[in-house]
Amino acid sequence: SLSFKMERKTIDLDQGWDYMQTGITKLKRILEGLPEPQFDSEQYMMLYTTIYNMCTQKPPHDYSQQLYDKYREAFEEYIHSTVLPALREKHDEYMLRELVKRWSNHKVMVRWLSRFFYYLDRYFIARRSLPPLNEVGLTCFRDLVYNELHSKVKDAVIALVDKEREGEQIDRALLKNVLDIYVEIGMGQMERYEEDFESFMLLDSASYYSRKASSWIQEDSCPDYMLKSEECLKKERERVAHYLHSSSEPKLVEKVQHELLVVYANQLLEKEHSGCRALLRDDKVDDLSRMYRLYHKIVKGLEPVANIFKQHVTAEGNALVQQAEDTATNHAANTASVQEQVLIRKVIELHDKYMVYVVECFQNHTLFHKALKEAFEIFCNKTVAGSSSAELLATFCDNILKKGGSEKLSDEAIEDTLEKVVKLLAYISDKDLFAEFYRKKLARRLLFDRSANDDHERSILTKLKQQCGGQFTSKMEGMVTDLTLARENQNSFEEYLGNNPAANPGIDLTVTVLTTGFWPSYKSFDINLPAEMVKCVEVFKGFYETKTKHRKLTWIYSLGTCHLNGKFDTKPIELVVSTYQAAVLLLFNTTDKLSYTDILTQLNLSHEDLVRLLHSLSCARYKILLKEPSTKTVSQSDSFEFNSKFTDRMRRIKIPLPPVDERKKVVEDVDKDRRYAIDAAIVRIMKSRKVLGHQQLVSECVEQLSRMFKPDIKAIKKRMEDLITRDYLERDKENPNMFRYLA
Amino acid sequence: MRRSSAASKKKSDSITSSTTDLFRSGPSKATSKEMDRIDHLFNQYANTSSNLIDPEGIEELCSNLEVPHTDIRILMLAWKMKAEKQGYFTQEEWRRGLKALRADTLSKLKKALPELEKEVRRQSNFADFYAYAFRYCLTEEKQKSIDIETICQLLDIVMGSTFRAQVDYFVEYLKIQNDYKVINMDQWMGFYRFCNEISFPEMTEYNPELAWPLVLDSFVEWISEKQA
Repeated sequence: SLSFKMERKTIDLDQGWDYMQTGITKLKRILEGLPEPQFDSEQYMMLYTTIYNMCTQKPPHDYSQQLYDKYREAFEEYIHSTVLPALREKHDEYMLRELVKRWSNHKVMVRWLSRFFYYLDRYFIARRSLPPLNEVGLTCFRDLVYNELHSKVKDAVIALVDKEREGEQIDRALLKNVLDIYVEIGMGQMERYEEDFESFMLLDSASYYSRKASSWIQEDSCPDYMLKSEECLKKERERVAHYLHSSSEPKLVEKVQHELLVVYANQLLEKEHSGCRALLRDDKVDDLSRMYRLYHKIVKGLEPVANIFKQHVTAEGNALVQQAEDTATNHAANTASVQEQVLIRKVIELHDKYMVYVVECFQNHTLFHKALKEAFEIFCNKTVAGSSSAELLATFCDNILKKGGSEKLSDEAIEDTLEKVVKLLAYISDKDLFAEFYRKKLARRLLFDRSANDDHERSILTKLKQQCGGQFTSKMEGMVTDLTLARENQNSFEEYLGNNPAANPGIDLTVTVLTTGFWPSYKSFDINLPAEMVKCVEVFKGFYETKTKHRKLTWIYSLGTCHLNGKFDTKPIELVVSTYQAAVLLLFNTTDKLSYTDILTQLNLSHEDLVRLLHSLSCARYKILLKEPSTKTVSQSDSFEFNSKFTDRMRRIKIPLPPVDERKKVVEDVDKDRRYAIDAAIVRIMKSRKVLGHQQLVSECVEQLSRMFKPDIKAIKKRMEDLITRDYLERDKENPNMFRYLA
Repeated sequence: MRRSSAASKKKSDSITSSTTDLFRSGPSKATSKEMDRIDHLFNQYANTSSNLIDPEGIEELCSNLEVPHTDIRILMLAWKMKAEKQGYFTQEEWRRGLKALRADTLSKLKKALPELEKEVRRQSNFADFYAYAFRYCLTEEKQKSIDIETICQLLDIVMGSTFRAQVDYFVEYLKIQNDYKVINMDQWMGFYRFCNEISFPEMTEYNPELAWPLVLDSFVEWISEKQA
C-alpha cells in the first residue's frame, strides 16, 4: 500500500535552537557592520521552517512557549552584552548618535527575527493572549535601554536646543532621530515623549525665556522687545518643524508667549516713552500692528491694548472739546461759532484717523471697534460753550446745506461730509435733541429759500433714515414734500387768480401751506395786519376752500417775508423785510410820527416782539425809521418817524431780524416729548409684563428709549409716579419694589 | 343639697340673668340701654338740622374730653369710627366707634382713649391708621393729593411722637423745595416705610435705585448735602 504520510524527523529543542543561533549570530554580525553576506532566501526559509516545525511537532515536542521565551532572551542577551556597554561609555552628542544607531539596529533585528519566528505570531500568541513578537522586541529595548538612558538623553537634547537658541549650529537631523525614538517607544501612545522629554523641554524653555525677558524688558524699548518676541516665536515654530514633534507646537508657543508677553504685559504696554500710549501718540502704525499680532493670540491679551487705545482716543477727543471751549470763552460770539464748526470737522477727522487704525492695525477686531465707539461716546456728549453736541452737529449740517454756508465744498465732498456727520450721530445719546434742532434749521432753510441743494437735503435724510429708522426722519421728509406740494399749490393759486380777476388782492402773494404735524411749532399772534394783507389772506382762503373743505388754515405771520418799495428822497429802494416789520412800516403810510404805544396798540403785539422789530428798523444797520430820542435801545417812551433821508448804494436791501434764541424752546419741546415717550414706554412695558420689579422696569425703559435718548432715572421715576396718580400703575401691597399694571 | 340649690336658685336667677345679659352684649351687640346712651351722647353734640356732629360739635367734644382739637387721639377716634368726612361724624359712625370702644358715657369715652391709642399704635394697625389719616384729609370728591401745608401738619400729628427727627427734617424739606406742591398717597405711604426701614440720620440703607418715591430721593439728597 502507498503511504502519503509525510514523516518528519522530530527536531530536538537544543538542536533546533542551535540552528537558530547561527542565524541570530549572522544577523548580529551584519548589524555590527562586520563582513557578513546578507541572508539569502534559502537560509531564510530554513530558519523559518525550523521554527515552524518545532511549533507544529506533536507533544511533548511542541516547543512554542520555549521558543517564545528564547526569542525574547535573544534580544536581552544582545542588549546586555553589546548594546548597553556601547552606550554607557559615550556622552552628550556622541551618546545620542550611538543611541540612534543602536535603535535603528534594534528595529532591523526585530524585523528579521520576527520574520523567522513568524509562526508564533500566527497562532500561539493569540491562543495564549500574549504580546506579539514585534511588541516583545520593542519592549525589550524600552525596558533595558530606554528606561536606563532616557533622562540622560533628554538632558543632552535640551542642552543642544539651548545651544541653538544662543545662535550656534547644531545637528537638527540627529535631534529629530533621537526624538523619534521617544515617540516610537511609546508604541502608539505619546506618553513617553510627553513625560520623559516634552515636559522637561517646556520647563527649560520657560525658564530660558523668563531669563531673557527679564533682561530685555529693562533694556529694550517696547517696539524692539516686540520685534525680539516675534522673532523668538518664529524660531520656536521652526524648531518644532525641524525636530520636535508637531504636538509640541501649541504647548511650546504658549510657554514662550507666556514668558515674553504675558508676564511682562503691563510693563511692556505701559513703557513710558515707547509703550502703547507713546506708539499711539507718535502714530507708529507698524509697531501697533505688531502689538496686535502678538497679543491677538493670547487669551484676553488684547483687552489692555484696547483699553489704552480707548483712553488715548478719549483724551484726544477731550482735548479738542476743551480747545473749542477755551476759544469760545476767550473770544467773541461769532468766532465761537466758527470754532464750533472747526470742532466738528476735527472730530470727524479724528474719527477717520482712528477708524483706519481699527481696520488696519487692529484688523477690524470687535474689541477695538467697541473701544473707539466708547471713546467717542464719552467726549461727543460734552457741552461746548453752552451748546450741546446735538445742537453743534445740527448747526454744522445747516452750514453745509444752506446757501452761503461757511463750508465751500464740492458735491462729492459734501456727500462725504454728510455721511460722516450721520455716523457721528450714532455716538450722541440725545438723538432726539439733534432731530429737533435739525428740524428747526431745516424749516428755516426751506421756508426762506436758503437751501443750497435739494439733492443734498434728500441725501442726508436718506442717510439719517438708514441709521436711525423711519420714525426719525418722517417729519423732516414731510417738510420737504410739503415744499414741493406748496409750489404746485402756488401754481394752482395763480391760475385761480387768473380766472377770478375780481379776487385779485393787487399784491403779488405767495403762500406756502404746511402740514402742521411735520413742522416745528410756531407761535402765531393775532397781529393786526394792514388792510392790504388782510385782503390777501381772505383771497387765499377763498381759493383754498375750493380745493378742500376739511382743513383749517392757521397763518404764521412770523415766518412771512415782504418786499416793500421804500420811497426815499434820494432814490427808491426795495426793502426785504419780515411780515411783522412790514406791518410796522406800513403804519407810516398814513401817519408821519407814531409813539411806541401807538404802534403797540395798533398792531396788538407783545412788548418783547415790538422792541425787537423797532430795534431792527431804527437802531441797527439800516435806519428806516428815526427814533426819538436816538438812543441805542428802544424804550416804551420812544417815538418813531419815517426816515425819508435814508439811502444806500444798493437798490435792494434785506433788513434782518436778529434770530430768536431757539435753543430754549427746542430743549423745552424735547423735554416735553421725552415725558410722553417715557410714559409710553412704561405703559407699553407694564401692559405686556403685568407685574414687574422697579429696577427691571427702569432698565427696560432705558433700553427701549436708548435709540433716541438716554433717559434720566429721576425722570423715569417721576413719570411712574404720575402714572400711579393717573391709575395706570399701582405699587404692589406686599412688595413696595414691585409694580402692577392697572387695566 | 337640692334644697339649698333651690333656695339659692332664686338669688342666682337674678345673677344669672344679668350675667347672661353681659355675655350677650359682647362687642357686636350693645344692649338697647347702651345704644340709647350712645345716641343720647350723640345728640348732645350733633347739629339738629343736619343730624351730624359738625366741626363745632367736635370742638366741644374735644373740650369736654379735655383733649386738644388737633390731638392724634381724635384722629384715632375717627379711625375707630371709620369716619369718612373730615370734621363730621354721622350717627352711624358715632355708634360704630363708641360701640366698639364700649363707651356709652363721656367719662367712659375719655377712659377708653389710652386703650385706643395703644390699639392703634400696634404695628399691625398703625399702617392702616396712617393711610386712613391721609384719606381723611381728602375733602373734594376726586381729590387725590393733599397740599404741602396740610401734609406738614398731618405728619406732625400722626408721626411726630414716634419719629420726631424724621418728621422735623422732612417738614423742613417740604417747605423749602419747589418740585412738589402736593403729596399723593403713594408718597405719603413711602414716608411711613422710610421711617420704619431706614435708620436716621445715617440713612445708610437707603438706595435711590429702588422704588422709593422721588420726593424721598430728593429729601435724602438734601439731607446729605446739609450734613456735608
